[in-house]
Amino acid sequence: MSSWLDRIKPSVIRSESKTRGNIPEGVWKKCPKCGSALYLPELSKNLDVCPKCSHHLRVNARRRAEIFLDPGYEELSENLKPDDLLKFKDTKKYKDRLAAAQKSTDEDDALLTFKGSLQGLDVVIAAFEFNFMGGSMGSVVGGKFVQAVNCCIEEHRALVCFSASGGARMQEALISLMQMAKTSAALEKLKEARLPYVSVMTDPVFGGVSASLAMLGDVNIAEPNALIGFAGPRVIEQTVREKLPEGFQRSEFLLEHGAIDMIVGRASLRSTIYSLLSMLTIKELVSVSHANEDESASSDASASNPE
Amino acid sequence: MNLQYLDFEQPIVELEEKISELRLVGNSQDVNLSEAIERLERECEAQTKAIFSDLSPWDITRIARHPNRPYTLDYIAEVFDDFQELHGDRTYADDPSIVGGLARIDGLSVMVIGQQKGRDVKEKVKRNFGMPLPEGYRKAKRLMEMAERFGLPVVTLIDTPGAFPGIGAEERGQSEAIARNIAVMSRLKTPIVSTVIGEGGSGGALAIGVCDRLNMFEYSTYSVISPEGCASILWKSAEHAAEAATAMGVTASRLKDLGLIDHIIDEPLGGAHRSKTEMALSLKQRIVADIKALRDIPVDDLIEQRYQRLTAYDRG
Repeated sequence: MSSWLDRIKPSVIRSESKTRGNIPEGVWKKCPKCGSALYLPELSKNLDVCPKCSHHLRVNARRRAEIFLDPGYEELSENLKPDDLLKFKDTKKYKDRLAAAQKSTDEDDALLTFKGSLQGLDVVIAAFEFNFMGGSMGSVVGGKFVQAVNCCIEEHRALVCFSASGGARMQEALISLMQMAKTSAALEKLKEARLPYVSVMTDPVFGGVSASLAMLGDVNIAEPNALIGFAGPRVIEQTVREKLPEGFQRSEFLLEHGAIDMIVGRASLRSTIYSLLSMLTIKELVSVSHANEDESASSDASASNPE
Repeated sequence: MNLQYLDFEQPIVELEEKISELRLVGNSQDVNLSEAIERLERECEAQTKAIFSDLSPWDITRIARHPNRPYTLDYIAEVFDDFQELHGDRTYADDPSIVGGLARIDGLSVMVIGQQKGRDVKEKVKRNFGMPLPEGYRKAKRLMEMAERFGLPVVTLIDTPGAFPGIGAEERGQSEAIARNIAVMSRLKTPIVSTVIGEGGSGGALAIGVCDRLNMFEYSTYSVISPEGCASILWKSAEHAAEAATAMGVTASRLKDLGLIDHIIDEPLGGAHRSKTEMALSLKQRIVADIKALRDIPVDDLIEQRYQRLTAYDRG
């Protein structure tokens, strides 16, 4: 597990000195936190985590599925597409904002859902697309989420949601607020079916998404250093007129205040969530030899517990 | 200019002042001014009708926040009997921006819960301007679960600019408190009747507003973000609040057209603050009718119907 580090570390350091201030497009990316120039193929191999400072870069929804699920998963609810029911217009028409977001992300809306497996366990995942209007929740996001929950109930699967969202989508006004009720109601049904729900909060999660589906996990997890809260830091600063404490609304703050169960780095998400789901759903392992058959499971698990 | 009233109400207020002056004169001197007074009263009523028949969504937003508008405890006093206020979340504190307790309405025993704003400066501060903290929502949840255990309907009155955005609120899990209430209300095994009496401010309102019947006062508003907040994000300036109010469709009539609410409760001419008693009577009739329609539904059907309602918020 440490070999990749040794392999890429020197290359990054060397290349950084060569390309400082002149990062060629397409192959290199600058870490938004430490500013290091990162070689894209290596960054990708490292699950979009900066090898120098461990900053977790945002990943899009499709990539999330790719790095989390076993190969061979299937997208759900592909037919759900957004609609401008209110004919909403601010400085731009909502219809035009939708079209622009669809063009830039190549997705229909801000949530993608998939069914597949995690080291052999049947799961459904929901992943927010933050690049699509800030991952905001409108009726399609709510609708897809409910269909994902329904799939879990029908096929007896666990649900894992990766949230990254600024909150409810203003352009759908009260309809978007009602998505909070819709998704939360569906999660209560999942709970009644005794199926586990793991909520993984990734940078950032705010407003209506934070105050509904994201906080309702049987287990709440956050990626390191993600910004998570109800009200945005600027709004709070304007309201209370004082400087916010260092680390306010970061994952570590949430852990300290009891809002989440654990902070898990991206490289360990698969093994940690597998372990949780496995213990919640498989009450007794049948035999040791059977457990050893799943090689990827045991090697992944040991990697996440390096004590 | 009378600061207790909004700018577009000033012509009405001026006429009313004239009428009361004439009355004073008529009482003290021996002249018959009744004809003049009647004429002015007719003029005043016509004027009020004209003004209130042509209100923009932003005007309505301002009426919903009117300094004289009756608040939750005003209605509780008028509508309910034997209100026994219950306090505290049993964990951290009592939040005075949410009030709740046992009460009777038309003889029916219920749990009533609502956000409470303050009238004067001191009370405004005490009530945190009607912006609840996590402990307020957790108190509400405690009371709702108690209502469920005893088979009492839950009646909620919504009037908040939104959940409080503060450091302590974040530390104590504002998001979780709201999310939990929404989730619990979606499956609560007793009827829930909610009414927006003033401002329905986003998640802070919804946290006591998941229900079987959703009513709005004629001049109340319900929206995902305040018009000012929406304008400052999408127009980059809060000065576009009026446009944002229109674009979001924050009014009862618009939301009724969209099928998002069940009933509009008409307000007295000139708004609820013109006649608290009249308003309270309409509220009482609505709540009693809703409870009576819901209480005979077998609880499993009730929960299933509520689920269908909530998950149908798809295309409005």
